[in-house]
Amino acid sequence: MDNIGTHSLDFFELDHNENTKAMGRSLTNRILTGICVTLSLLTMIPLISIIVLLLKNGLPLLSASIFTELPPAAGMTGGGFGNAIIGTLVMVGLGLAISTPVGILSAIFINEYSQTSRLSRAVRFVAKLLTGIPSIICGVFAFAIVVLPNQTFSAFAGGVALSVLMLPTILLTAEQALMGVQNAYREASYGLGATRFQTIVRVVLPDALPAMMTGIMLAVARAAGETAPLIFTALFSQYWASSLNEPTASLAVLIYNFSTVPFPHQVSMAWTASLVLVAFVTIANVAAQTIFARKN
Amino acid sequence: MSAPTSQSNSLAHYKSGPDFFRLLCWLASAVTVLTLGWIIFKIVESAWPAIHKFGWDFLTSSAWLPNRERFGVFPFIVGTVVSSFVAILMAFPLGLAIAIFLSENFLPAPVRQVIRFVVEMLAAIPSVVYGLWGIFVVIPLSKSFADWMVSVFGGVPIFAGPAYGNSLFTASIVLAIMILPTITAISRNSLSSVPKTLREGAYALGSTRWEAILGVILPSAAPGIVAATILALGRAMGETMAVAMLIGNSSRLSWSIFSPAGTLAGLLANQFGEAQELQVNSLMYAALILIIITLFVNMIGEAVLRYTQHQTAGIR
Amino acid sequence: MPIVDQQMTKQTSPNSNPPVRKDFLAAKDFNFFYGKKQALYDINIEIPERQVTAFIGPSGCGKSTLLRNFNRMNELIEGVRHEGDIRLLGKSIYDKSVEVISLRRSIGMVFQKSNPFPKSIYENVVYGLRISGQSKKSTLDEAVERSLRGAALWEEVKDRLHESALGLSGGQMQRLCIARAIANRPKVLLMDEPCSALDPIATVKVEELIRELKKEFTIVIVTHNMQQATRCSDETAFFYLGKLIEFDRTQKIFSNPSEKQTEDYITGRFG
Repeated sequence: MDNIGTHSLDFFELDHNENTKAMGRSLTNRILTGICVTLSLLTMIPLISIIVLLLKNGLPLLSASIFTELPPAAGMTGGGFGNAIIGTLVMVGLGLAISTPVGILSAIFINEYSQTSRLSRAVRFVAKLLTGIPSIICGVFAFAIVVLPNQTFSAFAGGVALSVLMLPTILLTAEQALMGVQNAYREASYGLGATRFQTIVRVVLPDALPAMMTGIMLAVARAAGETAPLIFTALFSQYWASSLNEPTASLAVLIYNFSTVPFPHQVSMAWTASLVLVAFVTIANVAAQTIFARKN
Repeated sequence: MSAPTSQSNSLAHYKSGPDFFRLLCWLASAVTVLTLGWIIFKIVESAWPAIHKFGWDFLTSSAWLPNRERFGVFPFIVGTVVSSFVAILMAFPLGLAIAIFLSENFLPAPVRQVIRFVVEMLAAIPSVVYGLWGIFVVIPLSKSFADWMVSVFGGVPIFAGPAYGNSLFTASIVLAIMILPTITAISRNSLSSVPKTLREGAYALGSTRWEAILGVILPSAAPGIVAATILALGRAMGETMAVAMLIGNSSRLSWSIFSPAGTLAGLLANQFGEAQELQVNSLMYAALILIIITLFVNMIGEAVLRYTQHQTAGIR
Repeated sequence: MPIVDQQMTKQTSPNSNPPVRKDFLAAKDFNFFYGKKQALYDINIEIPERQVTAFIGPSGCGKSTLLRNFNRMNELIEGVRHEGDIRLLGKSIYDKSVEVISLRRSIGMVFQKSNPFPKSIYENVVYGLRISGQSKKSTLDEAVERSLRGAALWEEVKDRLHESALGLSGGQMQRLCIARAIANRPKVLLMDEPCSALDPIATVKVEELIRELKKEFTIVIVTHNMQQATRCSDETAFFYLGKLIEFDRTQKIFSNPSEKQTEDYITGRFG
């Protein structure tokens, strides 16, 4: 081996050439850092723009009456979107009522009863695929199985569409939640003579509940903002709904309808509805993360 | 003598509970799995008259003429694919930069926290709100940029004029912002799952930070970043409302990205509410094509992601 | 490579080598903090040239922390702070003229867990050369052979240089990491428990390698294994609770330590 061990007295003065290179490399390093930081900070622009416009255009019409009155007819002023808020809440609630039991029971099956069976693997695979299908397909599906047979657009159809949308989120987060429960708890429960059912209900579920709630809140936040699944299932209505089997207004569809009309008052109302919707979605998301953070 | 009997009784009693509950869970799982099949079956069933009538021509024909009962979705397939790719082109560098930014300590933790929050907020904003914002903010900006591009590069077919506000380009800008969180989140996960020891190894050999990032960290995380991009592409292709509000919903094919275009999802959103008979069947056919494309893209993305997890497991 | 008899190396250093320098690498009144928590207290140590110096002590005693300050690796952690100085050949490593990337090339490091990059064996070895702009094939080839021979790995891998490094055994990976470090021609080689993840046979090989490498390099090794310290080190430093308790010839430390704490530790009474 040649003189690897020998050294010039000042080790930093390698050769001049290499020192220059090192300085060049440090400079390149700094430039790349600058580019990366700049690009990252750039993302704040759209968000700030959206928030500023939501406040600027949405706040003026925000009042108590907007939550209680019906939408104005074309070209008219005044009114509100009380029916759309109720409609959104009802349809999200319907979606939850369908997807929560199916999602959580499926999650229990694939994590507590048979982790590796063919059915369990199929459930995981399908849930992954369902997260990837476009939300409008949920609407097409509900159109085919509810709207066509019933010959009417309805809140029920909207709820079915949203339930398909929510199912994978609820199922996959519930599975994560169950996986997060320590096996020692299960073993302790079995060791005390509990059955599997008792173990699941008394030990596993209580421990997994906060994380499951996170998934449910995330699903609510996503469903509340969705327009595509509702646009031709629940359609829209200018009036208060009296049953689940008639066209029903929702905030998201109201924003869509009003944003493309030539009447300034309706456009303002679309902004106000957007503000309300974003506020609701943000609260649901923050709630989801708070629950999650507390659990950890 | 009675004690053992009661004990076996209680054992028997224990058993009947779980069996019923297990059955319930099994049923729920079956419902979950069948949902996807049911969706596809229903859509195929409803689309059948159109499939029967138009066959493969539906994919290659450019006519969408409800009055004359002639339907073809070629322009919408092109619009879906092109608008998504243009969006990826814009979102990828940004998303990767943010993912690197979030996994490195260029700026103090609170600043990273803010950026992280911003990205999460971007993911939470409803599509229809992006559409509304796009109409009032992005269309004017995009129009003036497009006008300038046309005046300079108008000779190139994809930048040809006249420039419209409602255009494929406008839709792609908003799509890019919408898929940014997907790219960022998954890329960041795969970046931070690169073992710390590799990073230290690179530094200990005298790497600058970016030599370590470009030479060691990014290559190790590459499969995950590819997966992120594919999954974002799938999302962009299925994205409906914002695109429907911004792209112009034209069934005319144009080379120029500054012209109006249409996507499959936008077509469904616009026409389903008022469609009748064969038009409904044709829209169902279009929905079938959309679901096949997005399922295909997502399955590739998931497969790459799974491969990534295997890979990193190997390094550790 | 001159094959020099083990016993001869120190006293009768061949005339081609300059005289052994006592304070080749030195810490002066060195304090180190993770945030508010102080990890090192007033460390003064002089590490002699072309010797193996072992750092021993119970976990959390600061031995690894000091090691990772010699090539400024600790600066990668947020919120750390140091006082005092560390000098290589009498010059401060914190001097403004020092590019940290050059410093790390001069002071190589081998980690507890082997960390080959997910690249070929060849690319792992030449990584340091490539990033400093060396791309001449003949130079790289020559460096690969020299370094792999230096790490006693050449014979085992010479036929599969372009296969993934992740296919090597644990011991081979660790020797590859050593090869990768010496390809940079460092002055000092820092080793942070290099054998703790290896099986006994691989450990013996790496220890033999360490004894061989000290002919060329100044080596500092952190170990929790006292047998290892006696087997392959010339000097031993004992750390406890962030302080340097005792530093002397290895033989002296293990046969007749001056400090009570050192004696307690090496006799297994704590730690």
